[in-house]
Amino acid sequence: MHEWALADGIVRTVQDFARKYNATRVNEVKIVLGELQDVDPEILKFALEETKKGTVMEDANLVFVEEKAVFECKNCGHRWYLDDVRDILDDKIKEDVHFVPEVAHAFISCPNCKSRDFEILEGRGVYIDSITIEED
Amino acid sequence: MDPRIAAIRARTEYIKRIIPVASGKGGVGKSLVSTGLALALKEKGFKVGLMDMDFNGASDHIILGASVDEFPEEEKGVVPPEIHGLRFMSIVYYTQNNPTPLRGAEISNALIELLAITRWGDLDYLIIDTPPGMSDTFLDILRFLSRGEFLIVTTPSPLSYNVVDKLIALLKERNHKIVGIVENMKRGEVIKVTNPAAKYNIPVLVEIPVVNEIDEVIGDPGKLMHSVFGERMKSLCDKI
Ligand SMILES: Nc1ncnc2c1ncn2[C@@H]1O[C@H](COP(=O)(O)OP(=O)(O)O)[C@@H](O)[C@H]1O
Ligand SMILES: [Mg+2]
Ligand SMILES: [Zn+2]
Repeated sequence: MHEWALADGIVRTVQDFARKYNATRVNEVKIVLGELQDVDPEILKFALEETKKGTVMEDANLVFVEEKAVFECKNCGHRWYLDDVRDILDDKIKEDVHFVPEVAHAFISCPNCKSRDFEILEGRGVYIDSITIEED
Repeated sequence: MDPRIAAIRARTEYIKRIIPVASGKGGVGKSLVSTGLALALKEKGFKVGLMDMDFNGASDHIILGASVDEFPEEEKGVVPPEIHGLRFMSIVYYTQNNPTPLRGAEISNALIELLAITRWGDLDYLIIDTPPGMSDTFLDILRFLSRGEFLIVTTPSPLSYNVVDKLIALLKERNHKIVGIVENMKRGEVIKVTNPAAKYNIPVLVEIPVVNEIDEVIGDPGKLMHSVFGERMKSLCDKI
């Protein structure tokens, strides 16, 4: 499960943050899930619940926000969403993109001009949007 | 905040030595040296990982004759498949051999992702094949794998020496470790330029001649290790 690796990274990042600001506890962690990486929120949630046990974020409320994937072609400037190209994504491709979202360039091209030279503007992967702490 | 940065530290915790193989120029033999060295270390009984970080020019899987159709196994991250006794990781597992044009920032992103999810376990050596020059990838290696001990590959050409000189200067500036230089594709006659190794007091660990039958051993690690190239890789093991 890739989600476990992400959960581990999230908990470590929150721990580093809490240490830096001398937090006694973490109240909330807001996590953005980019559509392209297609992380399973249930598995990630479970992995986080397990991983955070015994840490400063043990009782933290986990908030997940889903973010749509938006692409922009470097060649012609066209913008599109994942839904516009979803029909080309078979299961194997979805798995590849799940592990390394950048390999989208191997499978997706601009619906307007066919260029593979595009930018993933939003919705790439998982990141921490905010951490709410209680200080001493 | 990017949760992957903290994960990288944890993923590489149980690796004793990290050896990025770098060069100023392309085409000097980094991929052959990385793969050959990894195989030679494994033959000596070490636990070895090999990671191909040259995303645009990935070639270690070709040298190993590895099938990249199967997917690395998922187990709280991904476990690099064993290829000829090496734990091998490459972007090619995920691109299905399609052209994958990535710009600098995306290459960085993909590399951070791979470093954050790959579970090497405990290794004696992780050998890293790198793209030529001071690319984004190279800078990321300096950033995320700062304890790497660099092995520098050059050919005996003023064109390569010039770039290697700058590469060494950059590494020295930031106190990165350099294990030594490999001089590849020696052609016999004495040339009138000097390897920057001398100027920086860095040892030339091994010299490899031009091996005419090299194409015949690519894709066949057994043959590679029995070639002159393989012999030199075995002697390199004892010097790093
Ligand atoms: N000692 C050698 N003798 C003959 N050919 C070599 C030797 N070392 C490398 N080559 C060839 O040179 C080319 C570049 O090698 P490669 O390992 O791909 O370099 P890099 O990774 O630095 O770009 C390949 O075709 C390889 O087979
Ligand atoms: Mg190469
Ligand atoms: Zn376009």
